[in-house]
Amino acid sequence: MSALRVTFALATAILLGCFVQGCNTSPRIVKAASVKPGSERKPAPDFTLKDADGKTVHLSDYKGKVVLLDFWATWCPPCKVEIPWFMEMQRKQKDKGLEVLGVAMDDNGWEDVKPFLADMKVNYRVVVGDSVTSDAYGGVEQLPTTFFVDRSGKIAAIHIGLDGSRKDFEDGIEELLQEKPATNVTSIPGDPIRAALVPAKQ
Amino acid sequence: MSLVFLGILSAPLLFPQSSSERLTVGTPQKVVGKRNQSVQIHIPLSILTGYHVNNDKPPDPSLIPMKLTWTSLGALEGGQVTYPKPETIKVGDMSLAVFTGKVDLVVNFKVSANAPGGPGAAAGRLEYQACNNTTCYPPKRVDITVPYQVQ
Repeated sequence: MSALRVTFALATAILLGCFVQGCNTSPRIVKAASVKPGSERKPAPDFTLKDADGKTVHLSDYKGKVVLLDFWATWCPPCKVEIPWFMEMQRKQKDKGLEVLGVAMDDNGWEDVKPFLADMKVNYRVVVGDSVTSDAYGGVEQLPTTFFVDRSGKIAAIHIGLDGSRKDFEDGIEELLQEKPATNVTSIPGDPIRAALVPAKQ
Repeated sequence: MSLVFLGILSAPLLFPQSSSERLTVGTPQKVVGKRNQSVQIHIPLSILTGYHVNNDKPPDPSLIPMKLTWTSLGALEGGQVTYPKPETIKVGDMSLAVFTGKVDLVVNFKVSANAPGGPGAAAGRLEYQACNNTTCYPPKRVDITVPYQVQ
């Protein structure tokens, strides 16, 4: 008799759960406030920078991936707050097509950046930025500034500073990962982005 | 072409950045003294509300300290700088030692024994790096001039 009661209670709980959450097993559809509609996105400028191993990195190498492009510096405390978020996102979402790419804006370059990366055990690729790249992305005077680049190579969101919660970042990336890739992947080599950029959120 | 031009013109609107400096240096007192005399002056700094700059000895070595260095002392000697007492704030889990609001750098000079009488100026450079709780700005350098009069 008691087993019957337990079964009944479980069935009720499951039904109630379905009623509240839905019984669909498909992935949760995420709509992040910071992500612009596809029609409003502009191409992310391509760049050529070096990573810690001296290998040349172009943004266009990542076509078909969602790229979290983070301009940061070792001397920037709010940047340090975000780095563990990005490390976890890289670990959890890499298989779904996310690549986190850090652009370090330290004047001393690798001399300061390499020990920092080792100390923080950063698990994603980092390049050292230059003025050409930051100019192409609108100057990037404030750090951190993070661009979400969709699978088509277009800027879907910009976060200037630590302007949102970790969930805002995660939801934005999740939304982009769920989008179907566009057929024509674009990235404009060296094209000034100034005219194209409209921050999604201030 | 015209689109690019318009874009360049509109860039500051798209990336709103305060045109005002996060730190401004007030006019230092004039050093007035006789040969061999020790003189102390104050250099007033004003940090924009909502912002902070690292102190001279930040607890984290990756942070950029405030530093005043003299490039030319003229008829003065010394120039030892005493920085104000910092405040402690937290950004994430990090404790920072910072200056906010209006503070003074205190500098001790001595007029050289063989200083020629009359006016002159010592020149220095102040380096600092400013942030608020959500963003940081690149390190900056400001030239400082301290006028003096040897009596």
